[in-house]
Amino acid sequence: MNEFSLIFRNEQNPDVQFSPEQMQDILKQWRDWMGGMAAQNKLSNPGNRLGFEGAVVRKNNIVTDGPYAEIKEMISGYIIVKTDTLEEAIELAKGCPVFNAGGCVEVRSVIPMAVCEGTVS
Amino acid sequence: MEKDKELIPHLFRAEYSKITAVLGKLFGFDHIEIAEDIVSDTFMLAAESWGQKGLPDNPVAWLYTVAKNKAKDYLKRNQLFSDKIASKLKYNSQEAYEIEIDLSGKNITDSQLQMMFAICNPVIPAEAQIGLSLRILCGFGIEEIADAFLTNKETINKRLFRAKEKLRDEHIKIEFPDKDEVTSRLNTVLTTLYLLFNEGYYSLSQNISLRKDLCVEAMRLTYLLIGNETTNQPTVNALLALMCFHSSRFEARLGQHGESVLYEEQDTSLWDDELIARGQYYLNKSSVGNAISKYHLEAAIAYWHTIKTVDKWEHILQLYNTLLMLEYSPIAALNRTYALSKTIGKEAAIIEAEKLRLNGNYLYHCLMGYLYSGVENECAISNFEIALKLTKAQADKIQIRHYISDLKN
Repeated sequence: MNEFSLIFRNEQNPDVQFSPEQMQDILKQWRDWMGGMAAQNKLSNPGNRLGFEGAVVRKNNIVTDGPYAEIKEMISGYIIVKTDTLEEAIELAKGCPVFNAGGCVEVRSVIPMAVCEGTVS
Repeated sequence: MEKDKELIPHLFRAEYSKITAVLGKLFGFDHIEIAEDIVSDTFMLAAESWGQKGLPDNPVAWLYTVAKNKAKDYLKRNQLFSDKIASKLKYNSQEAYEIEIDLSGKNITDSQLQMMFAICNPVIPAEAQIGLSLRILCGFGIEEIADAFLTNKETINKRLFRAKEKLRDEHIKIEFPDKDEVTSRLNTVLTTLYLLFNEGYYSLSQNISLRKDLCVEAMRLTYLLIGNETTNQPTVNALLALMCFHSSRFEARLGQHGESVLYEEQDTSLWDDELIARGQYYLNKSSVGNAISKYHLEAAIAYWHTIKTVDKWEHILQLYNTLLMLEYSPIAALNRTYALSKTIGKEAAIIEAEKLRLNGNYLYHCLMGYLYSGVENECAISNFEIALKLTKAQADKIQIRHYISDLKN
């Protein structure tokens, strides 16, 4: 079994305001999608949603407000799934509710920590 | 005399566990069998003597006195006294023989709690923890335990023997865990109590009264934890709430022949309102603090099942979503799919069910049979036929054959 990270990319649009009912509906779509993967025992880690507030830290103590000026799209969250193949992980990503909000999902393989350390040394 | 016949087995179970806990605590796992023997001898004597002379005025006091005397005699006679126990009493006085065996209510409860922590130890397998709990903490006979596990006495005797040996080898002490350890140790205890309850609730055993007793005992032990300030934690209250909600449907979910009656087909007038109310009480007690355990989620799911309105299924679905994210289990995955069929319909639920990869699981084929019923009856029949091959329980077979014949007509 391999792990893949599904990374959600979204565009922040401060003009869009959702009603409580719409929020409830979006929340349900996400919970049902995640619950469905968990029911297949393919959800490895429910990950985190990321807020729009943030900063980028670069070499020489340079701190900027974030990458908003350069690219419109930003990472809005991630989860980790466990499947045998990349294709299977892609199948899971196809059900992601982020598409309803104009976003997309980046599917990336997760390299186990031990392997990372191994390559460094 | 009829009354006496009922009194003795009841007394035996309740008092056996109390006296064994106190003497077991005194002797430790090294000599736990001696404690068990003394208690068994006491009850043997009670059965003989009461049979001839009738019941004493206070049977419990009689049992305690006899057990105490037997324990003292043993300690006096045996080398064990000089080797193991007298060393601890050395400084007390010249009258070291006057060893105190404290059978007060408080010491009984304390000893039972300490015994619970000692038995529910991950060094022995879960099955052995449940077996030992039934024997030592609940006073069940070996035959009853064998019946509950659908096995024979030899298997249970071996299992308990090995478990006690392992606890001795690992030098497990019968004591209360340190304060900072309580929460993590409590998790193991709760898992065992949860399994003990499920053993009664979901057992294939045809012995209904035994199954009920298992549930009652699991609840009694959980209640014992709630009575103690340190162990009265939200998760414990959540577990007791779950047990109350489940037990409220005990009568309704059993058919005439011991088969399980589907939730939809249950006679709701058989649901026990008092147990539902108690469940709500403990569920409220459990909702303090930030930690949400699987017991909280399962109790909340069980709570919604006691509600007789239709719009509960969305709540149940979301709780299953959360439960599965916390911890996967095939049974939760199947139940989630059932809840899904209630919210988005059978056709859509079938697509989700097929993704579960639970082919060959008895309950999976039952669920598929249910989902396909009225949608594609041919598929429903073939799934029920697979289920039929997968179960050994006679009552379930009758039930499934009934579904198949309904679909064919």
